[in-house]
Amino acid sequence: MHDSGSRSHEMSESVVLRTIGGMLIPYILIFGFYVQMHGEIGPGGGFQAGVLVAAAFILHLLLFGRSGTDRWLPRWLVDLSMSLGVLLYAGTGVACMAMGGHFLDYSALDPTHPAEAEALGMTLVEAGVGLTVASVVLTIVRKVQGGTR
Amino acid sequence: MDPVLLLDVLLLILAVIAAVAAMLQRDLLGSVMLMGIYSMLMAVIWANLFAMDVSFTEASVGAGASTVLLLMALTRLGTKERRGGDHSLPALVLVVLTGVVLLYGTSELPRFGDAQAPAHLHIAPRYLAQDIGKVAATVPAQNALHGEGDFGHHVPNTVTAVLASYRGYDTMFETAVIFSAGMCLLLLLRPSQRRSPEETDDA
Repeated sequence: MHDSGSRSHEMSESVVLRTIGGMLIPYILIFGFYVQMHGEIGPGGGFQAGVLVAAAFILHLLLFGRSGTDRWLPRWLVDLSMSLGVLLYAGTGVACMAMGGHFLDYSALDPTHPAEAEALGMTLVEAGVGLTVASVVLTIVRKVQGGTR
Repeated sequence: MDPVLLLDVLLLILAVIAAVAAMLQRDLLGSVMLMGIYSMLMAVIWANLFAMDVSFTEASVGAGASTVLLLMALTRLGTKERRGGDHSLPALVLVVLTGVVLLYGTSELPRFGDAQAPAHLHIAPRYLAQDIGKVAATVPAQNALHGEGDFGHHVPNTVTAVLASYRGYDTMFETAVIFSAGMCLLLLLRPSQRRSPEETDDA
């Protein structure tokens, strides 16, 4: 069971797959960031963007193997961004309180321009969701791929 | 007949076929592929119902991420299903009974697309106005789309506004749940400290 598993988890040996797949990764990432920033206007938001960004790195993981991805995206950074996302979300709420509003009452962030503060708060909060979702999805895939390692 | 309705019926029939085929398929690789097709069909159905955010999530998570996860699991487990013991009469009876109860429950629901349904009259107008829980002075005027700020206090995608603002607490704790799932994974599957050196870190 483990023999067949570990062999198939090496980086892809096909030059065609590696080249074409590698060309796709930047486009997936750009689309992910677009969905992240555009969530207030079009469909999508932090959750969907997080999965898309994770998909780009999953593709990288499948093509270039574990050590290839670790070179671009260190594992400690993924672990860190899991908690950073939640911190960013809750921190936005605390910042609202510090500015004199209620928890997560974004309009308190800038009392003179409540509408823009609302947009800013939503953007920060969605960024937090995206960060956490992307890193957790990537971690799940890594763990399934690599087992206990 | 309404072409949108026809498309819906066609897609739903295809989704049911894909689901049944995924269950009957003996080859697990084929089963996973059929699950992905099922998710993709559901995404199109959601899009057809103008539930764009749900459709997006179904396509990215259902058809994308979970298919990849299942495929990775298959590379470790093999694609042969163990035979036998999968037909149980009590289970069939239970499933059919549950289905009948659910169908009976839907008979009480308002008709699909009914503008007079309570859901559309009670709170939906306030979701669309996006004035819930806001200070009276910051509530937009009736045609405030070109008011102050980028959107004049009116986010074009109401789903995002509801998730991030009106239901901000819910979304925060959903994020926390995802975070704790990732943390549990890291802690449970952490490499043991007493492993041999070549198994520790390959970064």
